[in-house]
Amino acid sequence: MLKSKTFLKKTRAGGVVKIVREHYLRDDIGCGAPACAACDGAHAGPALETQPRDQASSLCPWPHYLLPDTNVLLHQIISAWKPGTRASVASRLRPPGSLETYIEQEQGENANDRNDRAIRVAAKWYNEHLKKLSAENQLQVILITNDKKNKEKAVEEGIPAFTCEEYVKSLTANPELVDRLACLSEESNEIESGKIIFSEHLPLSKLQQGIKSGSYLQGTFRASRENYLEATVWIHGDKEDEKEILLQGLKHLNRAIHEDIVAVELLPKSQWVAPSSVVLHDEGQNEDDVERDEERELMLKTAVSEKMLRPTGRVVGIIKRNWRPYCGMLSKSGIKESRRHLFTPADKRIPRIRIETRQASTLEGRRIIVAIDGWPRSSRYPNGHFVKNLGDVGEKETETEVLLLEHDVPHQPFSQAVLSFLPKMPWSITENDMKNREDLRHLCVCSVDPPGCTDIDDALHCRELSNGNLEVGVHIADVSHFIRPGNALDQESARRGTTVYLCEKRIDMVPELLSSNLCSLRSNVDRLAFSCIWEMNHNAEILKTRFTKSVINSKASLTYAEAQMRIDSAAMKDDITTSLRGLNKLAKILKKGRIEKGALTLSSPEVRFHMDSETHDPIDLQTKELRETNSMVEEFMLLANISVAKKIHEEFSEHALLRKHPAPPPSNYEILVKAAKSKNLEIKTDTAKSLADSLDRAECPDFPYLNTLLRILATRCMMQAVYFCSGMDNDFHHYGLASPIYTHFTSPIRRYADIIVHRLLAVAIGADSTYPELTDKHKLSDICKNLNFRHKMAQYAQRASVAFHTQLFFKSKGIVSEEAYILFVRKNAIVVLIPKYGLEGTVFFEEKDKPKPQLTYDDEIPSLRIEGTVFHVFDKVKVKITLDSSNLQHQKIRMALVEPQIPGINTPPEVSGMDLNGPGVKKRKLDK
Amino acid sequence: MAGLELLSDQGYRIDGRRAGELRKIQARMGVFAQADGSAYIEQGNTKALAVVYGPHEIRGSRSRALPDRALVNCQYSSATFSTGERKRRPHGDRKSCEMGLQLRQTFEAAILTQLHPRSQIDIYVQVLQADGGTYAACVNAATLAVMDAGIPMRDFVCACSAGFVDGTALADLSHVEEAAGGPQLALALLPASGQIALLEMDSRLHEDHLEQVLEAAAQAARDVHTLLDRVVRQHVQEATVLLGD
Repeated sequence: MLKSKTFLKKTRAGGVVKIVREHYLRDDIGCGAPACAACDGAHAGPALETQPRDQASSLCPWPHYLLPDTNVLLHQIISAWKPGTRASVASRLRPPGSLETYIEQEQGENANDRNDRAIRVAAKWYNEHLKKLSAENQLQVILITNDKKNKEKAVEEGIPAFTCEEYVKSLTANPELVDRLACLSEESNEIESGKIIFSEHLPLSKLQQGIKSGSYLQGTFRASRENYLEATVWIHGDKEDEKEILLQGLKHLNRAIHEDIVAVELLPKSQWVAPSSVVLHDEGQNEDDVERDEERELMLKTAVSEKMLRPTGRVVGIIKRNWRPYCGMLSKSGIKESRRHLFTPADKRIPRIRIETRQASTLEGRRIIVAIDGWPRSSRYPNGHFVKNLGDVGEKETETEVLLLEHDVPHQPFSQAVLSFLPKMPWSITENDMKNREDLRHLCVCSVDPPGCTDIDDALHCRELSNGNLEVGVHIADVSHFIRPGNALDQESARRGTTVYLCEKRIDMVPELLSSNLCSLRSNVDRLAFSCIWEMNHNAEILKTRFTKSVINSKASLTYAEAQMRIDSAAMKDDITTSLRGLNKLAKILKKGRIEKGALTLSSPEVRFHMDSETHDPIDLQTKELRETNSMVEEFMLLANISVAKKIHEEFSEHALLRKHPAPPPSNYEILVKAAKSKNLEIKTDTAKSLADSLDRAECPDFPYLNTLLRILATRCMMQAVYFCSGMDNDFHHYGLASPIYTHFTSPIRRYADIIVHRLLAVAIGADSTYPELTDKHKLSDICKNLNFRHKMAQYAQRASVAFHTQLFFKSKGIVSEEAYILFVRKNAIVVLIPKYGLEGTVFFEEKDKPKPQLTYDDEIPSLRIEGTVFHVFDKVKVKITLDSSNLQHQKIRMALVEPQIPGINTPPEVSGMDLNGPGVKKRKLDK
Repeated sequence: MAGLELLSDQGYRIDGRRAGELRKIQARMGVFAQADGSAYIEQGNTKALAVVYGPHEIRGSRSRALPDRALVNCQYSSATFSTGERKRRPHGDRKSCEMGLQLRQTFEAAILTQLHPRSQIDIYVQVLQADGGTYAACVNAATLAVMDAGIPMRDFVCACSAGFVDGTALADLSHVEEAAGGPQLALALLPASGQIALLEMDSRLHEDHLEQVLEAAAQAARDVHTLLDRVVRQHVQEATVLLGD
């Protein structure tokens, strides 16, 4: 059954190398048509449909299979075939290794031509093969190719062949499919005005050469959210030579799109510019407004001091596109009957996309998904095609869907395969479960959580031992008992990485049965837990630490407020209350010790929506209250995390999953230091300790909110905390918590990292067996990468959700005037924070069709002078908040200045718009 | 070798084989007249020639003679033209020493050496073309040659290599698959008893997977045995026909 084919000889530059390859041509590959008796059962995997359902195609009225060629497949695969499209796609080519369809490369034939020929041979084979199969229902294979020559040759050889467009247009049943066809650059070029805007991208080989020789740099393109003419390129490299290169102007951006991997060339120093602090949004409707862009570019290049100049470059080529389908809205073209429209993505970093559609009027006012097909040199915007209609703008479901899609949050319901790994209900603890497990059901354990929380993953207890010491236990839901490594459930939770909490909805990481029932440490039921138990003296010094898998029975699940009440009321003297008081006392000592070590207390405005229980519309906004019990729970969670981190690092020095928080570079603090200076305060930033101390000292008697503001600013200076694998890094320090080592152990229901840590710890104490991936540091570091990405995205999604609900809230509320503080000063705007709502927004001072006010911006003491009034950071102003629905795409919250009064600025009609930049909301659990 | 897909989604390897399939094996016994035994084997593009002399008196220093069994002396060499780049390979370099040692261990386990005390058996193996699995080809060639020489053995020694890619064990690795750098296991099996004459692995492989890879190699070795058995029977038949004349 094997037939070997050996071909020899191949020369490479330098030496002569003999390459001997053999290829076994198979005779056991089935055609995939289930009705085929000739290749009975030889085909494994997905099969073709038995009987291609009637495809109403005017070109070929008989039943047929489609055989797209490689290029067509690549171009159209994103979206052309929506689920339920009735064409049966024979997308799986017969592997070229088959005996009957193998062809040898001919003299003078290049690889592409050979491929085309191979596909033609395959199509021919299929047709002949299927003819044998069934005489009565004539099946045919149709070759779909966009290559003219290939098509001609195919027709010559008697294979029915069409171009993709011809075929799709002939589908009378599904006319809207044409819109979804990826438009090809060839045809669009004809209509395009011949004017070339962009310089050519260099071919990959040249780029690689350039990168090797150092004349070009490779990096990730990051468009600016605030200015469509500006972007940065993050140069990959080792720690020392990581840097950012600034790109300014449409031509220098050269058709790169956010997240692309690009090659840039540095400009000579004389052309370097400073990042501008102008906020610019691309709003023109015309396609030939290139001149206006140039004008705007000039505006960016204002004189700045020498040291502000950043390395500036231009994009010379794209190494890898990172396009994905984008959500957004159609901006209908002004010309009636026009089929070409501009699409405005919801993400500001993505340029607008030109699409062709006949259903513009139905799509107007809807959220749609569009994919980019290409960006010709002569076009101001990239070309794309319509993919999917999500629903009406402003609908809560649509908007939630959009923000989940935009932030790449996996939110589909769990698949059957995943659910099959759940324990069968009714579930009870069996003999087998009790192996390696301690029975702690007699302990007086209780949980403290926000109200309405259903996924309780931690519980606490504290009791006095006979020797006078205290025993404190933190009990964490034993999720790793239910999620076994490697199965579909595990893979799905690893992919999701984290539970995402939106304002009205929770996107679970693990199926609900686990998250809200079997793993949730609810009161008065037996639950499996992973316990971390310390023996402490009354000064909260740890004498002994012990970890064990256990069974607990929580005596009460309290809210923070309830727990606080129990602690405060003198009348209560039951076990739970004494336990809570003991915990609270120890927590205070622990906190003090932590702060002495230099842990930072930062602040971010946290808000909570009160939801209408029926409509789920936000009725009221409330900033989060912090009680002693919040910090009590937090303190013990931190302690557990640190203890566990030490233990797993001890046991697995190479592959412990830890969490670090790098110290920010000093330059990050510039804003904070300058801002404090303007209030005559000094902030020291050399160590975390001095920062914490100076933040504590920074108080102004007549301005009590100043300290909070400074802490908010300090939070913005911080780096992101990240997961990492201990074998891949040597800096473990957690800056914010001032701990030399840290990990996440306490929330396995909502974070995948904790599940891995649980597994590591279980192996370390001999309670569970290990598995190969757990001790593979490269796999672990891949997991970390995904988790970091998911966490970031989850955070963004949460902010976006809060922003959307804030809009809904102000929609119902009408126009409000509120006090606000200036957080940042920009060149043409100020960013303000409204403490009452934890809302942050930008007040613009320039408008398109109005005379520009006199603006003077001072970078040294960040301040902006407008017509004689000077704005400093932290100044108190009064702003008017309204919801602006004039642009459906981005409903905006507009803020306009009310006080101080500046003539020409704050007289109605309103000042310009702003975009809701979600406040740094760090919301944990909330009601579902 | 990044981006090289050793195992496609459909389960085919680069050269079109499935995971457990061997390359084409062709073998011949008795290729040289002047040696006591000889054999030639092709496993795909790997080609090896084995020659056996003995048992005979100890050559060289007599002190090497063993009082209770025969001395098995193995020498491995590979031709200058056996690999992609032409390279002179002197005798006695590290690689061939090691290979010689491995062959010796393998055959000391298989040959009934106690039948020929104080004598010596020489096995010379040369690789004419190397395309992965040289050890296996050498062992298989040498088995045939030893049989051709009429030296009594416990059983055939059949060898095969196996690798591990994406959770699947691949049998009989080719050079391309070896060069990709995954774990690689070489196994010499006495198929009738299932005893292992030699097992070697250089890189790390998790113990959970070891059994799977071992089983793949053993199955491949048993397949090799079927083929070699056929070759031997045919050779013997031909020889008897000649003798009968």
